Amino acid sequence: MAQTVRIEIPATGRVVEIPTGLFINNEFVSSVDSQERIEVINPATEETICSVVAGSKEDIDVAVAAARAAYSTTWGKNVTGFERSRLLNKLADLMERDMQVLAEVESLNNGKPVKIARDFDIGDSIQCLRYYAGWADKIVGQTIEVDNRTKMAFTRHEPIGVCGQIIPWNYPINMWAWKVAPALACGCTIVMKPSELTPLTALMLSKLIAEAGFPPGVVNTVPSLGPIGGAALSHHMDVDKVAFTGSTLTGRKIMEAAAKSNLKKACHIREVSLELGGKSPHIIFESANLDQAANWACLGILYNTGQDCTAGSRLYVQDTIYDKFLALLVDKAKQLVIGDGFDEKSGGGPVVSKAQYDKIWSYIESGKSHGARLVLGGEKRRGKGFFVDPTIFTDVTPDMRIVRDEIFGPVLSVGRFKTEEEAISLANDTSYGLGAGLHSTDANQCMRVSSALEAGTVWINQYNILGNNIPFGGKKQSGIGRELGSYALKEYTEVKAVHWNFGEQADWPL
Amino acid sequence: MPTVFTHEFNTPVYKGKVSFNTGLFINGQFVDGSDRTTIDVVNPTNGEVITSVSEGTPKDVDLAVDAAERAFETTWGLNCPGNKRGLLLNKLASLMEEHTEELAALEALDNGKAFNMARNGDLVLAIDCIRYYAGWSDKITGRVIETSEDKFNYTRHEPIGVVGQIIPWNFPLLMFVWKIGPALATGNTIVLKPSEFTPLTAIRMCQLVQEAGFPAGVLNVVTGYGNTVGNAIASHMRIHKVAFTGSTLVGRKVMEAAAKSNLKNITLELGGKSPNIIFDDADLEQAVNWAAFGIYFNHGQCCCAGSRIFVQEGVYDEFLKRFTEKSRSIKVGDPFAPDTFQGPQVSQIQYDRIMGYIDSGKKEGAKVHIGGERHGSDGYYIQPTIFTDSNPDMRIVQEEIFGPVSVVIKFKDEEDVVRQANDTLYGLAAAVFTKDMSRAITTAHKLKAGTLWVNCYNQLNSNVPFGGFKQSGMGRECGEYALNNYTEVKAVHVNLRMKM
Repeated sequence: MAQTVRIEIPATGRVVEIPTGLFINNEFVSSVDSQERIEVINPATEETICSVVAGSKEDIDVAVAAARAAYSTTWGKNVTGFERSRLLNKLADLMERDMQVLAEVESLNNGKPVKIARDFDIGDSIQCLRYYAGWADKIVGQTIEVDNRTKMAFTRHEPIGVCGQIIPWNYPINMWAWKVAPALACGCTIVMKPSELTPLTALMLSKLIAEAGFPPGVVNTVPSLGPIGGAALSHHMDVDKVAFTGSTLTGRKIMEAAAKSNLKKACHIREVSLELGGKSPHIIFESANLDQAANWACLGILYNTGQDCTAGSRLYVQDTIYDKFLALLVDKAKQLVIGDGFDEKSGGGPVVSKAQYDKIWSYIESGKSHGARLVLGGEKRRGKGFFVDPTIFTDVTPDMRIVRDEIFGPVLSVGRFKTEEEAISLANDTSYGLGAGLHSTDANQCMRVSSALEAGTVWINQYNILGNNIPFGGKKQSGIGRELGSYALKEYTEVKAVHWNFGEQADWPL
Repeated sequence: MPTVFTHEFNTPVYKGKVSFNTGLFINGQFVDGSDRTTIDVVNPTNGEVITSVSEGTPKDVDLAVDAAERAFETTWGLNCPGNKRGLLLNKLASLMEEHTEELAALEALDNGKAFNMARNGDLVLAIDCIRYYAGWSDKITGRVIETSEDKFNYTRHEPIGVVGQIIPWNFPLLMFVWKIGPALATGNTIVLKPSEFTPLTAIRMCQLVQEAGFPAGVLNVVTGYGNTVGNAIASHMRIHKVAFTGSTLVGRKVMEAAAKSNLKNITLELGGKSPNIIFDDADLEQAVNWAAFGIYFNHGQCCCAGSRIFVQEGVYDEFLKRFTEKSRSIKVGDPFAPDTFQGPQVSQIQYDRIMGYIDSGKKEGAKVHIGGERHGSDGYYIQPTIFTDSNPDMRIVQEEIFGPVSVVIKFKDEEDVVRQANDTLYGLAAAVFTKDMSRAITTAHKLKAGTLWVNCYNQLNSNVPFGGFKQSGMGRECGEYALNNYTEVKAVHVNLRMKM
């Protein structure tokens, strides 16, 4: 039943064996009822890397059944926190062992530079697994005093059960770790649907799950199309919770499906993990260290070629420093080399797919046609590969599409403001609320503005740096719930209150 | 130059060779004590010297504090992020796993406990403990506290700095990791004194700590005597916290020294005279087995040993009969024999003290039901001993014996036994055996002890707190609670727009 393909990575000559089947009960299998395949494309060359099995609704059923069986027998309340911790640490060790090859496949499939995939995406993911390994034996409830003579109460923080997890294509390995680690630490079992654009590393990581010694059925991986696999998971009556990262549009559908099916934990507002889009504001005050602020601003919109839910895609610069800052910004943005992920010089890769490429260009055209001024970029490259160069618009107005909609590419809109109040007002004028950044050396201003910004993460004098132990998530339509930190544990545990009567007598009749 | 201890183990349960430097471990180096004197390490199965180790002096404590301070200010403390501290602790745990058998053998040789116990009990728990605290390292969080919109209030849980740790000889390695685990996880640097009776595993662990990659000066181990090195640590003006496990008698001295020097923070884990209560409706077979485990485990050298066994009158005779039978079946013998449960007591001093208590029991009129004599002719072995017909003010009922000696006492009802059980200066642990869960809980809640076992005994977990009420100590080890012993809370008030 082994399903693998051997591919050669052109730049390094390395030959990698990649599993291409569905990963269910620790084995790679074919679909039960479908011959469909998913073509996996290299965005730097537009060529097909390989194809993998496309999961169907029936395959999701099989995976959920496997996850349920594991939950009732070898996982869930049948495994100790210490054992879950040990296995997660082992998985981290294996990921570390395979860092380089995972990075190369990540780059091949997603386009991001190999060194960034290895040192950041995978480095952070390994630490994420270790971080949650440390929580596995620390899931505590409370004992609660009721009446010392007759009764006591306590809570148990039990695993939610079988979790459906749907992850995006912008940080395939990192998003996989963010989902898998806390769920497993808490004792849940998983049916994971990786993005159909970037399923390869999820399949390689599934192989490590088996190697680490997780019992069969604890983690199952079903690459499939969103409307098929994703929908099946969200509607499934035997899935206790769904966690989704992706577009706000799809997030709505997931939440609807959850409500219509079994009221799974995607509709109790506090329980859902929906990590959705953003149009994050990035504010530069006049007292800021301009050189540093410009560096962070570039990082904010150009990191991962702008394919980041927290991308600082709306920049607001105080008018007293506007011209000076803009010049700095344009100069620095020009220095980023966007190219093939295997080229040492590349600081950014192509965008992930044709669909994304076309979408980003339609926004650039819209910006041009609505009268925004282009100060950088705006010219399509010739040749193969979905390469989009850094693009900066100025003279924008709040109603422009490029200012309101999430573009998900290296396209920045720059506006100006006079007062702090104006900056805050402009920043909060969005239905999103994921990230926000501000640069200022006035400490009181930093406190006031960070307090006023409507976002789940606010960066002061920094941007886009996350920590495995710091929670992450959005306000408003950027999502529900928090990932990372101790907060993620809440997403995967259910509280049971136990009332233990040892002395209270019931009177009857009343 | 410090002695290199080389030993070949050729036993039914373990064959292997060890060879390591037995100096003091200061600033990442193994060194002689400043007086160039040594301490003999004695084999409790035969009274012979195994090896000698370097002896530390108060001057060596100063050097260790210097190294620990430097490390705290540069390579450790908050200069080393939590996840990195966690990585190093996990690495240490992996090395302990690799060297499990060797460590267990050293422990058995030095302390006298059965190799199998050390290997399957002490080592397993110890590795667990280090991994548990590795996981806490990057999770030491403070709080953000709402006061008003004019202010921003938060707390930081900061490491204390240089901490002193003094550990006993009954579980040398386990006590070592109970101390260093939470202290290192929270970012402190350490000056640790192992017991002069059982320094070998502590010294070997220093090599593993070095191999794991901890920066020099983070952990320093100064072997020496209580009234020199121990006292120097407890009185040191630049050590801001001392954690001590040992006798109540010495615990007082540590507290006094802390008060007289710099009012350093203290945690104490001291003695006990823990009651084990068997009700009429207990599962008698199980109660007998657990009671035996409760007093004979580690040869009775457990601060939480169930040394006063209270049996309800309805089952007293049957319990005593079965418990006696069980006690006779305890295998006393060489730590390296495969079926040994009880090895020798750790030292001549302990042997004499226990035999002294047995004599006092006899003299004060209690009845020796079984045992009461030396076991064999070599080493510090004592027979499993049961006293009956005691009264509450006898020394064998009030004082901690720390050997395989129990007193079995008859009781009438719940009220009677709770009163008797609580009639002690100590309050470390207690156990209740009954099938009636309501009674189990109400009784358990009435007993003044830090650990309550219901239908079991001597159960420890790295994530469940352990510590005593009353003169059994202050503070808790294990679990999240231990972190409080090694952090100092700083509250920060940031003014946003208040005007004076």
